[in-house]
Amino acid sequence: MFSSFDKLKKSLGKTKDRLIGQISQVVRRRKIDDDLLDEIEEILIEADVGVAATMRLIKSVKLKAKERKLTDGEDVLTLLKEEITVILARKGSPLFNENDPKPVVWLIVGVNGVGKTTTIGKLATKFSQDGKKVIIAACDTFRAAAIDQITIWAERSKVDIIKSQDGADPASVAFDAAKAAVARSADLLLVDTAGRLHTKANLMEELKKIKRVVNKAIPNAHIYSKLIIDGSTGQNAINQVKIFTEAVGCDGIIVTKLDGTAKGGVMIAVAEELGVPVDFIGLGETIDDLQRFDPTQFAEALCADG
Amino acid sequence: MFSNLTDKLETVFKKLRGAGMLSEKNIKDSMREVRQALLEADVNYKVAKRFVKSVQEKAVGESVLKSIEPGQQVIKIVHDELVSLLGNKAEPIAPIDKSPTVYMVCGLQGSGKTTLCGKLALMHRRKNKKPLLVAADIYRPAAVKQLKVIADSIAVEHFSLEGKKPPEICREAVKYAEKNFIDLVILDTAGRLHIDDELMTELEEIKEQVKPDELLLVADAMTGQDAVKVAEEFHKRLNITGVVLSKMDGDARGGAALSIREVTGCPIKLASIGEKLGDLEPFHPDRMASRILGMGDIVSLVEKAQETIDEGKAIEMQEKLLKAQFNFEDFLEQMNQIKKMGPLDGLLKMIPGVGKALKGVTVDEKNMERMVAIIKSMTIPERRNPGLIDGSRKRRIARGSGNSVQSVNQLLKQFYTMQKMFSNMNKGKFKGLPKGMMPF
Ligand SMILES: Nc1nc2c(ncn2[C@@H]2O[C@H](COP(=O)(O)OP(=O)(O)OP(=O)(O)O)[C@@H](O)[C@H]2O)c(=O)[nH]1
Ligand SMILES: Nc1nc2c(ncn2[C@@H]2O[C@H](COP(=O)(O)OP(=O)(O)OP(=O)(O)O)[C@@H](O)[C@H]2O)c(=O)[nH]1
Ligand SMILES: [Mg+2]
Ligand SMILES: [Mg+2]
Repeated sequence: MFSSFDKLKKSLGKTKDRLIGQISQVVRRRKIDDDLLDEIEEILIEADVGVAATMRLIKSVKLKAKERKLTDGEDVLTLLKEEITVILARKGSPLFNENDPKPVVWLIVGVNGVGKTTTIGKLATKFSQDGKKVIIAACDTFRAAAIDQITIWAERSKVDIIKSQDGADPASVAFDAAKAAVARSADLLLVDTAGRLHTKANLMEELKKIKRVVNKAIPNAHIYSKLIIDGSTGQNAINQVKIFTEAVGCDGIIVTKLDGTAKGGVMIAVAEELGVPVDFIGLGETIDDLQRFDPTQFAEALCADG
Repeated sequence: MFSNLTDKLETVFKKLRGAGMLSEKNIKDSMREVRQALLEADVNYKVAKRFVKSVQEKAVGESVLKSIEPGQQVIKIVHDELVSLLGNKAEPIAPIDKSPTVYMVCGLQGSGKTTLCGKLALMHRRKNKKPLLVAADIYRPAAVKQLKVIADSIAVEHFSLEGKKPPEICREAVKYAEKNFIDLVILDTAGRLHIDDELMTELEEIKEQVKPDELLLVADAMTGQDAVKVAEEFHKRLNITGVVLSKMDGDARGGAALSIREVTGCPIKLASIGEKLGDLEPFHPDRMASRILGMGDIVSLVEKAQETIDEGKAIEMQEKLLKAQFNFEDFLEQMNQIKKMGPLDGLLKMIPGVGKALKGVTVDEKNMERMVAIIKSMTIPERRNPGLIDGSRKRRIARGSGNSVQSVNQLLKQFYTMQKMFSNMNKGKFKGLPKGMMPF
């Protein structure tokens, strides 16, 4: 727990310095006034929190400051931290439900290149280390060498993989994998899907079909849809969440590439606007660069000194 | 979420016209709307601020205050300024004027580099050049294989070296090219973070060794505020010569383009618009400007329509449309025309205002096929006069086309919605629609 906190803190160091770190510098020896709030607005927008969510954040900080009769600039930091934690924690998400029948299915979806396949490698490792039997379904039969890529991740995480050839029908691979998961008494089936832009109706239909077919293979399966979002994505993430949710639902989000300088503020925008929980964050390209997302810890790490 | 800037500005100026007076404060208000539109499009905060400041000076100085349509005038100034910042005209990629010419492709993880390498190879192979695709990504699982599959699919030669570091691979590739009559060497480097000093140094080494004629940074059109930092860093270390915006086929407004252009001063040369290897276009600053402002890409749509739609039929259709007199026969004809224009999903979104007006009316290819099947099951009189279609006719049509009565109802409803829309358009609500286009 402690080491994971340290790693998170370190990885988010750059984020921290530029977001809350920046805010704490701005608020020092200042009074709460419009100029100060303008500067904070800038910092939030530059973190990809988005115009609408930023405005709402600022408004509620303003309101709270008034209610509690706070005038000191530094109080803004406390209020913001509070607000952000509340927004991000609004919908806490258990990863699994106690009475889910086995195997549980995680359908991993998202736009192109966000890190779906890599994240599956990380998840497979994590859950098999937790003692679960994991199987991967290689349902990206479209992109060049996608099957080779996920096969390498399956080897790295030492889990079984069900695959077909390039160009095969992804739904039929999903069906076979679901059957295999049942036959081999797996606990978890991770389905790697091809990247697709949410604007492409036919590709979104294909996802729905994959979900239907899995349901046919395992009639009472609990199929979770997990949406992968690239941490450097701007406001388009909101459309992504909306439209993927419409198509196959969204039980949780995994935000990747937070080891860069992007602040992932879009997480706040998405949580604020759509109330979808963030399950994990990705912090690199190796197998253990995955962290369970904990809103309080995250806000703490963002706001911690030094 | 993305409200229409034109509408907003019109609101600002309506208020002011009501007051019977235009003032600098009104300009300021309108600039706030412009700034907001830019931020919603992911233009970097500081870039947006600088931009608005420069536009405001122009707007105050210029004819806006006296203009009869100040909203339009402001949009025009903003739009022109954006276009000029984005580079005025499409700038071409380095020509192949010596053999081998070398293109080096770099960028963040997953931005679309490998795919772009394939697209560039295909583009030049079509011009009878001989490209070589070089696998300089030795890190990502199956990256070498990915490039090989791509190369094979377009019958282009592929180069990789096992157990060697990327700078050496690239150097060897160029040597190989010199000996083997290759015209164009394309280096596919691994994705990396701009703050990863070790890997950024690797790129510097590759550059040093092969002296590329074109050093392209690939940036995802969906990128947020961070685009500035990424581009700045890549440019600082590598002195890039051009930018390619990828995944432009989505609905991201693409403000990153403006940010990148502003901080690097480098031209954006190409737009990647799909996963297929033919999906590559020159970058058009004017279209990008409209897109960033949330005004749709009307130019592309008109161009596409002009390329494919039969002029005479278009005029005839337009007259019918404007009189809201079209029927299902025209509908069928229109579908045929539209089919020729290619994938539908991108098409509709290019029309400003229409996306909103037709919310809930889903448009996709399958749906289109279903509509065609239903119409084909109608008799000619029914097609000409949809009013005829009563309950029993609906059942017959449903059975005949293998659809549910519900689908038939849906189509009829859609048809009437459209009719209504066109009579609105006739009253001037959809000025942007190219002639002869039926936006279902
Ligand atoms: N820095 C960093 N890179 C990551 C992370 N997650 C994935 N990547 C990299 O991002 C690139 C794309 O990852 P993939 O897992 O192939 O993405 P995908 O969503 O499966 O891509 P498609 O299947 O092509 O849509 C690869 O180079 C990964 O190594 C992360 O958390 N941090
Ligand atoms: N829709 C769409 N997808 C694209 C476009 N360009 C690339 N892609 C997809 O984006 C994903 C990543 O593309 P790659 O070419 O593998 O990206 P990369 O930059 O080489 O990735 P790394 O080598 O892992 O850093 C793949 O799923 C591609 O098919 C585009 O213009 N539009
Ligand atoms: Mg993948
Ligand atoms: Mg690549």
